[in-house]
Amino acid sequence: MAAPAAAPLLLLRDIDEPGLGTLEVYRRRGGYEALAKALAMTPEEVLSQLESSGLRGRGGAGFAMGKKVSFLPKGGMDKYLVCNADESEPGTFKDRELMQKTPHTLIEGIVIASYAAGTNRAFIYIRGEYQLQADALDAALEEARAAEYVGEDILGSGHSLSVVVHRGAGAYICGEETGLLDSLEGKRGNPRLKPPFPANQGLYKGPTLINNVETLATVPTIIRMGGEEYAKLGVETSTGTKVVSISGHVRRPGNYEIELGIPSREIIYGLAGGPSEGRKVKCWFPGGSSAPVLTAEDLDVPYDFNSLAKAGSMLGSGAIIVVDDSTPILNVALKLAKFYSHESCGKCTPCREGTNWTVKMLERIDVGEATPMDLEIMASVQEHIIGNCLCVLGDAMAMPIGSLIAKFRDEFEAHNDAARARRGGA
Amino acid sequence: MSARGWDLPADLEKDPAEIPDPATTPVPAELRAKIEAAMALYPDSRSAAIPALHAAQEVHGWCSPEAIEQTACVMRVTPAYLDSVASFYDMLETTPVGRHSVYVCTNISCSLCGADELYEAIRAAAGEDPEFNLRSFECLGACDIAPMASVDGVYVGPLAPSDVAELLADVRAGRPVLPDKQLARRLVADPHANSREFPQHPAEGEL
Repeated sequence: MAAPAAAPLLLLRDIDEPGLGTLEVYRRRGGYEALAKALAMTPEEVLSQLESSGLRGRGGAGFAMGKKVSFLPKGGMDKYLVCNADESEPGTFKDRELMQKTPHTLIEGIVIASYAAGTNRAFIYIRGEYQLQADALDAALEEARAAEYVGEDILGSGHSLSVVVHRGAGAYICGEETGLLDSLEGKRGNPRLKPPFPANQGLYKGPTLINNVETLATVPTIIRMGGEEYAKLGVETSTGTKVVSISGHVRRPGNYEIELGIPSREIIYGLAGGPSEGRKVKCWFPGGSSAPVLTAEDLDVPYDFNSLAKAGSMLGSGAIIVVDDSTPILNVALKLAKFYSHESCGKCTPCREGTNWTVKMLERIDVGEATPMDLEIMASVQEHIIGNCLCVLGDAMAMPIGSLIAKFRDEFEAHNDAARARRGGA
Repeated sequence: MSARGWDLPADLEKDPAEIPDPATTPVPAELRAKIEAAMALYPDSRSAAIPALHAAQEVHGWCSPEAIEQTACVMRVTPAYLDSVASFYDMLETTPVGRHSVYVCTNISCSLCGADELYEAIRAAAGEDPEFNLRSFECLGACDIAPMASVDGVYVGPLAPSDVAELLADVRAGRPVLPDKQLARRLVADPHANSREFPQHPAEGEL
């Protein structure tokens, strides 16, 4: 068992060094050396480093980054790279810390990835609420342009890239890649039907590579270390390190960089200190609020993509939310359901109606007006959402709500009975 | 001035508005310059819809019919097109609001840490003041400082109901809001990240 302290820190190493956001300090620490190294290789060689690293997307779906790059068609058409910096999955705040404190790492990763993918235009779609972080990126970009790390004929390589920071305006759905593309085109952020997938037809109908901030920020490290060296970190199907955001009922919430595959308990108790004195873990979301919940029995599950999937949940965005035993499970379910109902764009019926009805049924349980059938109906509503919409927003409610009903059914029933008894007594 | 949005009935008696005529639609020069600069950044100028509406909202306080009209005029799109965009996003206001935004995150992590009580405390203290645009907001991506709020775009937390009076006083006085509680100042939580001790970062508005 790897102790968390032994995990090599790649992304968070000395992240609070004063001035790290400036080119001067970033370069003093070896910044943009990976870019020079990458530009001395062919794009195919860079791609093969990304593939051999085994890096899986850090935004939620966990798709192999190298494979994603290789899906882009070759040829001289307009191709785009979009960095998904919308980070709106509840519980997730890792990209925020990276962009705010080391914006050049992301920019360097974008330039390298664009070289491998053959794209000449990049956009960073950052959620509108992240003003401090967007300002940090804008300032860093200005320096990077002046130093010719971004722009025409970068470091004499012949590769050109423009990068624009695009600020969103507050909508969870814009973290979904096709909703993000519509939003970036200046429309309502409604998801699109897939296929065509963005790799073939994305932004402005051009082939588009979309990657999460942390994924792209890892690229310079991979080029520096070499893909095969990087792949030695972590476990076979989940290589490397990951910044985990942990919040909720823990003593030391925040971002921690771990080597993938360490026991989840090490993160929740070892690093974040666990729930406060006398409290126990009731349930936890391993990968943002869209992940099915796990319970205290699952604390020893290794924290990596495949182990969490095997345990019935997912690593998602790498955001752990801990709920202690003082919290009524109905409150958790209702909070989640209301969020997804508010954020549903309304395009697909199962999601639009399903999220609303789930809220209504949970409210009935809350006041003791639910019938014994309601839990059955609610569980079946979740099943009817999953896989039946253009995007996974509905699934993102159905999975955790379904898991809460399955794992805490008695508590939902007791909540309803108690509320009914109180009402009867009044 | 009616509120906008697709939940409200359209006036079917009226002809749909066309792209505003520049000759009869005065646009403040600074706003025009901002919108045009945004349009130039994209292969398709319509991509500038959100930044343009943000800029117009800054001038007009909200996406008023006048703000939409001026933006549409510069962007050469119909007002209805921009209406459809403005009504989709939480940060674009489709009704008049107070000029100081206070977004209190009430999503799962913050609410586990007392965000609903915090929101009520702020509402009780500021609710009637027309200067404030107080809203409970979806996850703002700062669960490490839960419960938290974004005050005129500055993240502060963790907040207790006892911080509310000072928070509102700072905003009213135009001071940097609760400097010691600003996210900007915080060091990373991971104790292994920094190999040596670093000072706290400067607060926003104090540089």
